Amino acid sequence: MTTRAALEAHAVTKIFPGVKALDGVTLEVRAGEVHALVGENGAGKSTLVKVLGGAHAPDEGRVTLDGVPLPHGDPVAARRAGIGIIYQEFTLVPELTVAENIFLGREARGPFKRGPFLRGADMVRDARAILEKLGADLDPRTYVKRLSVGAQQQVEIARALASDARVLVFDEPSATLTDQELTRLFETIRELRSRGIAIVYISHRLEEVFDLADRVTVLRDGKHVVTTEIDGVTRTQLIHWMVGRELEDEYAFRPREHGETVLQVESLSDGARIRDVSFTLQRGEVLGFAGLVGSGRTESALSLFGRLPRTSGTAALCGEPIDFTHPAQALKRGLGYLTEDRKKHGIFGDLSVAENITVSNLFDYRTGPFVSSRRQLAAADAACKTFDVRTSGVDKKIAKLSGGNQQKALLARLLCRDLDVLILDEPTRGVDIGAKSEIYQLIYDLADRGMGIVMISSDLPELLGTCDRIAVFAQGRTVGVVDRDGATQEKIMELAVSEDVA
Amino acid sequence: MNAFKHALVILARYGIFVALAIEFVLFSFLSPHFFDLGNQVNVLHQNAPILVLAVGMTFVILTAGIDLSVGSVVALTAVVTAQIAVGDWAPVGVRIVGALIGGGIVGAICGCLNGLVITKVRIPPFVATLAMMLIAKGAVLVYTNARTISGLPDEFGAIGQSSLPHALFHIVTTLALFAIAWVILRFTPFGKHVYAVGNNPEAAHLCGIRVSMVLIGVYLLCGSLAGVGGLMLSTQLNSGDPKLGELDELEAIAAVVVGGTSLMGGRGSVWGTLAGGLLIAYLKNYLTLEGLPFFWQKIVVGVALILAAFLDRFRTEE
Repeated sequence: MTTRAALEAHAVTKIFPGVKALDGVTLEVRAGEVHALVGENGAGKSTLVKVLGGAHAPDEGRVTLDGVPLPHGDPVAARRAGIGIIYQEFTLVPELTVAENIFLGREARGPFKRGPFLRGADMVRDARAILEKLGADLDPRTYVKRLSVGAQQQVEIARALASDARVLVFDEPSATLTDQELTRLFETIRELRSRGIAIVYISHRLEEVFDLADRVTVLRDGKHVVTTEIDGVTRTQLIHWMVGRELEDEYAFRPREHGETVLQVESLSDGARIRDVSFTLQRGEVLGFAGLVGSGRTESALSLFGRLPRTSGTAALCGEPIDFTHPAQALKRGLGYLTEDRKKHGIFGDLSVAENITVSNLFDYRTGPFVSSRRQLAAADAACKTFDVRTSGVDKKIAKLSGGNQQKALLARLLCRDLDVLILDEPTRGVDIGAKSEIYQLIYDLADRGMGIVMISSDLPELLGTCDRIAVFAQGRTVGVVDRDGATQEKIMELAVSEDVA
Repeated sequence: MNAFKHALVILARYGIFVALAIEFVLFSFLSPHFFDLGNQVNVLHQNAPILVLAVGMTFVILTAGIDLSVGSVVALTAVVTAQIAVGDWAPVGVRIVGALIGGGIVGAICGCLNGLVITKVRIPPFVATLAMMLIAKGAVLVYTNARTISGLPDEFGAIGQSSLPHALFHIVTTLALFAIAWVILRFTPFGKHVYAVGNNPEAAHLCGIRVSMVLIGVYLLCGSLAGVGGLMLSTQLNSGDPKLGELDELEAIAAVVVGGTSLMGGRGSVWGTLAGGLLIAYLKNYLTLEGLPFFWQKIVVGVALILAAFLDRFRTEE
């Protein structure tokens, strides 16, 4: 095994509006090693991968391959130089064959050097050679849409190798694979390593990291924490590196009296992404949902809200069984849900702030069959005052407001009616610090009034700072509920990355 | 160049109304006959059916949908109406009232079916209404064997006469429908839900809006108005012609788009549609008055469409 650095990122900084996604991060990957990249959601792993692959141009710093700097923000140049990225979402074209996908954009053409026709037979022959080297038993003439997820991943890898990749980056490759496919992937990766290819492996599953990696780099909040040999590192140590920041009291938690149970969920399942979810929620309580992306938190919320179907399990709201098939029913019975994707599923960008706030209960502002503009505007004005939505006028387009103010407007929309339970999905995502504290205060006020609050968040310190209890999700199941006293990030992460919870 | 772009942005914002006003004044000066009362009445009367179709189409396009079937529904309505009005199975008054009601019901049924297929069978509006276009047209041809139904009572044709005061039937009805549509879109929960669904269907669903019901309502409305358009045309011609309404769906879409309603949904108004429809109608009328052959008119209207879409780009970029 050589110790020469193949791929290096030097002090890379990437700033998005309002967020420093990467802050002087350095990564050095050697030829013939598997280098694991770990960190919490939002630590900057995906951004770093995109910088390496040329999908993002860094604001500062540079990426070099064998000492040669790569041009910034040029995916084609990165690929030509020999960096292959296997994204979590595959980039294959399902309607083309394996061979056509492997050579997409670099097709063999004829009859002369750059003639107009494909040299299909040549492509099939070359594809077969690459697949054989990879140990993949695939016919290059099969259509990609007929392949399993694992086989599609092999095609992705073959495509990277076809352009002579010397560095392969795997962005959470295990998330969608079965156990057998995973074993197969590990064999492939070890084989590639022995051929001197440098491999970056990103995963939430720490077991895989210990199993596969030679060295590991930990990122936290966009900063480089440590790079070390994997031998001698304990799991607890690694988790501490991933989450170990000090809590500041931006949360200003206030203890409350809790009332009777307002929402009780037993063994909720949709047969796919929700497998066994149970929890109870009391009046005046803030219950956190912790877990990794894809652990079923949002799906559970949407299922309760009537947006996604469920196949088994029971739920009771204020003691009455519920099984909503449309969000309108949930809202009517007093269960509200605030979406995690404000732009895509929350706001009506072309409509005014007033229209956005009143849209879900227009029938309440009628005189006869008509909506009274006067009452609509008055209600919106009042809501803006109550929820401190800062706008130069409720007739302005909501798209012109800041993220925090849009979020408060959406809360105002939900709270136009009386709710018993409010589920907030990532309520502070993309919101600046000041507005964050205001949203926390708002949540406490609602809880004080006897509402039961569920807060889904990928920000562990936020959950620890604001919640009375935290339910931890892993692979579609609630694997534990942790009380506020005695809850630590380590404890929650242990649960969240736990595997094979039967 | 910057001043030019600024002017384009202003023009785009009030675009269609400014353009209509300029066109109107310009044609009044250019042609000695354009401003005549008779000509004005004639333009409005002749274009009333298309404008009525465009009202319904505005609702559909506001939800980011499309209804290609309205032209065929016009034909179907016209034929059904004529069939009820013709003969002497009842007193003439009963036959005419029956014809008008029957025509309206046919349009409503077609529209309702469109809405059901789109929301319950989950077929994209383009395909669903394309199918309805073929089915309705086929039904017309099967029933009439491609022959026009004639011999309708004179009283029926009187509703559609193009001379004053009879012409007011269609002109006033059309303007009233625009006003009603405006009130619905601006002042009722349904109208506001139409904009919300067009702007962001998933957000609308999560808000508790019954998106399917809104869509069914919109297509029902569009089909019913196509029925009204068919009634108007059959009274204007005092016959049931199976070729009626051919390509009218495209003219209605053109009026809506020229009027500034976004094909992406959620943005636009019926007054824009009225202005867009009139803009095209006046352009054709002027070209006719100047003696430009009918075939050439199509080319000019096509160029005008591109120009309107070009102006609309400045509004979206704003």
